[in-house]
Amino acid sequence: MDNPILDIRDLHVWYRTYGGYAKVLDGVNLFVHKGEKVGLVGEAGCGKTTTMRSVLRILPESQVHTPRGQILYHGQDILQMNQRELHHVRTGGVSMIFQEPAAALNPVFTVGTQITDVIKYSGLSKQEKQKDNIKNLAMQAISEVYIADPERIMNSYPNQLSGGMKQRICIAMAIVTARELLIADEPGTALDVTIQDQVHKLLRGLVEKKGMSLIMITHSLGVAREMTDRIYVMYAGNIVEVAKSGDLFRKPRHPYTLGLLESVPKLTGGGMAEGIYGQIPDYLRPPGGCRFHPRCPRAIARCQEEKPNLADLGDGHQVACFQV
Amino acid sequence: MDINTQTAFDVNIPSASTRYKEALRKNWYKFSRNKLSVVGLVIVLAVIVVAVFAPYVAPYPKHAGSFVDYQHANLAPSLTYLLGTDNIGRDILSRIFFAFRGALYMAVLVLVISLPVGVILGLLAGYFKGTWIDTIIMRTTDIFLAVPPLILALAISAVLKPNLTNAMIAVTVMWWPWYTRLVYGMATSLRNEYFVTAAELIGASKFHILFREILPNCLSPIFTKMALDVGWVILLGAALSFVGLGEQPPTPALGQMVSDGSRYMPDLWWMTIFPSLAIIIIILGFNLLGDGIRDMLAKGEHDRG
Amino acid sequence: MNLRAYILKRLFLSIFVLIGLSIVIFIIARVVPGDPARMALGPRAPQYAVDQLRQEMNLDQPLPTQYYYWVKGVLVGDLGKSLTTKRAVADDVKEFLPATLELAFIAAIFVVIFSIILGTLAAKYRNKWVDTVIRVMAYTGVAVPAFVLAVLFLLLFGYIWPVIPVLGRLSPEIMPPPTITGLITVDSLITGDLSAFWDALKHLILPALALAMGPLFQEARIVRSAMTDNMSKDYLAAAVGYGIPSSVIMRKYLLKPSLIPAVSVMGLDIASLMGNAFLVEVIFNWPGISRYGMEAMLRKDLNAISAVIIVFGVIFVLVNIIVDLIVAYLDPRIRLGGKV
Repeated sequence: MDNPILDIRDLHVWYRTYGGYAKVLDGVNLFVHKGEKVGLVGEAGCGKTTTMRSVLRILPESQVHTPRGQILYHGQDILQMNQRELHHVRTGGVSMIFQEPAAALNPVFTVGTQITDVIKYSGLSKQEKQKDNIKNLAMQAISEVYIADPERIMNSYPNQLSGGMKQRICIAMAIVTARELLIADEPGTALDVTIQDQVHKLLRGLVEKKGMSLIMITHSLGVAREMTDRIYVMYAGNIVEVAKSGDLFRKPRHPYTLGLLESVPKLTGGGMAEGIYGQIPDYLRPPGGCRFHPRCPRAIARCQEEKPNLADLGDGHQVACFQV
Repeated sequence: MDINTQTAFDVNIPSASTRYKEALRKNWYKFSRNKLSVVGLVIVLAVIVVAVFAPYVAPYPKHAGSFVDYQHANLAPSLTYLLGTDNIGRDILSRIFFAFRGALYMAVLVLVISLPVGVILGLLAGYFKGTWIDTIIMRTTDIFLAVPPLILALAISAVLKPNLTNAMIAVTVMWWPWYTRLVYGMATSLRNEYFVTAAELIGASKFHILFREILPNCLSPIFTKMALDVGWVILLGAALSFVGLGEQPPTPALGQMVSDGSRYMPDLWWMTIFPSLAIIIIILGFNLLGDGIRDMLAKGEHDRG
Repeated sequence: MNLRAYILKRLFLSIFVLIGLSIVIFIIARVVPGDPARMALGPRAPQYAVDQLRQEMNLDQPLPTQYYYWVKGVLVGDLGKSLTTKRAVADDVKEFLPATLELAFIAAIFVVIFSIILGTLAAKYRNKWVDTVIRVMAYTGVAVPAFVLAVLFLLLFGYIWPVIPVLGRLSPEIMPPPTITGLITVDSLITGDLSAFWDALKHLILPALALAMGPLFQEARIVRSAMTDNMSKDYLAAAVGYGIPSSVIMRKYLLKPSLIPAVSVMGLDIASLMGNAFLVEVIFNWPGISRYGMEAMLRKDLNAISAVIIVFGVIFVLVNIIVDLIVAYLDPRIRLGGKV
């Protein structure tokens, strides 16, 4: 197999807080191949967004400490890049769609200004950056996300648009210049269910049409299964299980994954969802050993002492658990 | 957003006194995190002590009145007269100490009167938003806020007899609207909260809702504003006394001392500089203290940047 | 609500405020002092003269009628006679107002420019030494009353280090330009008198700085805190992520939304600046309406006092409407409201 576009290795990210360091990411490993669609699943607060924002280096730098790890983009570590190289990644390599479309658009500039600025400061050539061409590119991107009358939308302010429209605009901004990898951070969570579905379909269609890779962050296994080829399950800053989407549902191995699957209400078979008892741990004082052990139904003494590494089960299926 | 710092539910409920100590410790931590707040606290305490005990700590308590000593007039700062003497031989330092008294007295009285008035009107207008009560109170407030406080205060104390009491009346008349506006803004949003609705549903009296449900939730901004306002009232008072509309000579007042001193510039520069610095320090102290109190009462982490 | 309705509403409220203000002034100038006629003529004037003046001033009528006559006069520009200058107050206002406007305008420019520069710097280097220096400067700057600063300037630049003129609007050896607008800087530019222009500008610096210092730092702190608040917004992370350079982020994507709260406060700040002009004009011997008002107050010249307060009320209302317009321009959420 060819080399991955993005390869995150043993990534540790800590936040400085008044109570000390919040050790949020605790050795994340994740990779994406060209054209591959990957899901990143986990409950709220498990570090999905932190991982992905590290890729673009858009975490508040004064508060973030990265004691260990690499984020390799075509073999080059994003964490070590200078501003010029970083700009290259941001404008031609990776782009991101945020969870809250209302918060991701600047309220005091028109949609047109914001999209054209993305083009204006991208890596395109001078010739391509002529005024008419910029406008054409922007309009084209807006029509690509199925918005009628791009001209009028360009002159609107974000607060004049509905939530679904705003999210489409965000998608348009993310694809307006060519990118290899699109990171979508729960793009549907803030939207109505029907609109959510439209946005997901739109995303998948665009990614496939343009041959981009996709990392889809979601807390819903159902969405991940529908949208992606391979799924990473994350718990408290660790990847606990990786598998092809089908495999993960057919033979989930990690107790946390099992819990997640059980917590999905099923149409067949009665009863309420089981769910997982407890909460995500305090990152200031995370539990030693496997971070899941305080909540794990199958925990043994070893889980408190030692941290399990991802173990290969074949066919790309990996699990970090001693009990497998 | 990905940090979840919640801990498991704590079943040990600490006793009242430990809780009190704990709260005190936490508040002091939040207050003293900014060293400038501590500086402010020290300045304010020092000024209060000096003002209250002026007759005992001032080197020449008699100089606060109509004392004349031409032999020792126009003296530059020295060990005998730390900040020098004025044109008729009075010790500047002693006069500044006594001037602090008038300044603090005025600030306290103005706030003690204007605060309840402003707060009650703000609560009423906010709770009865959209009714004639709101209209009358808030439009009146607008009128008073439409002219810089100094101008109306000057005008009022000018038509009255120039003295400290009338200066205080003038400033008080100008001050309540600021509290009304502050409380109004909070009351309008609080009245839609569930706890207010709940109190209404069980038939609590309007008095109970206004003073027991809404008011306690407005207290921290009010206290913050009050601490900052002490400085501003002192400033306004100094401005009035600068033009002769405050405390009358021979009783010293900070503005009046600056104004007197400015007539003997540049030779008797200490007559101007030290009272000026006194004004600056006292206002600075209350501003720093006010900011510290705001940090202390702020919910959650402040200034994450 | 669209912009036009918004402004109409503001105007309507402003008229209400001005009516209310006129009542307050009427009470201060006519009711509080007791007998204005006696005050005007002094304690030694014979009773018949006082009675005559009372009749002239309609003081023998009931209060509402007095108020009616007074407002009627104000509306046609009849502000009564000044006891100090023995002229119509309206003429005095016309003569002295431009000097104050010129001063306040320059001070306002100082406030706007320096507060944005300092606030942006503090936000950009937050929690670094630049921020600390600006914060300490701000605390001190806010704590120095304008009149104290003015006196200190006078001491420093008038006596110790006379590099810049401290008193009046023009040096005595400079011929004042013909009065066109009354603003010496503008008039001298219109007539092409550059030496008068520079001289007038130099005279403006110190009083304007004394007025601007407090509000300037107040605003700088608002700009800083608005900027640091907005820095954690997703839209900035998004813009950075899309590869917008940090310089563009600072001066465009961050500055514009951060200016909205600052500009909203600026109206009040500029008003307080005008209030401080009362003492500053006296200290710098600035022949403006504030100094005129100050003298009127000390001499209990009631007509002049009322006129000056009305003028300031009107200016305040106008400043606030302008500020509202600027905020509406900056913030489309106010300008446009609902969905398309």
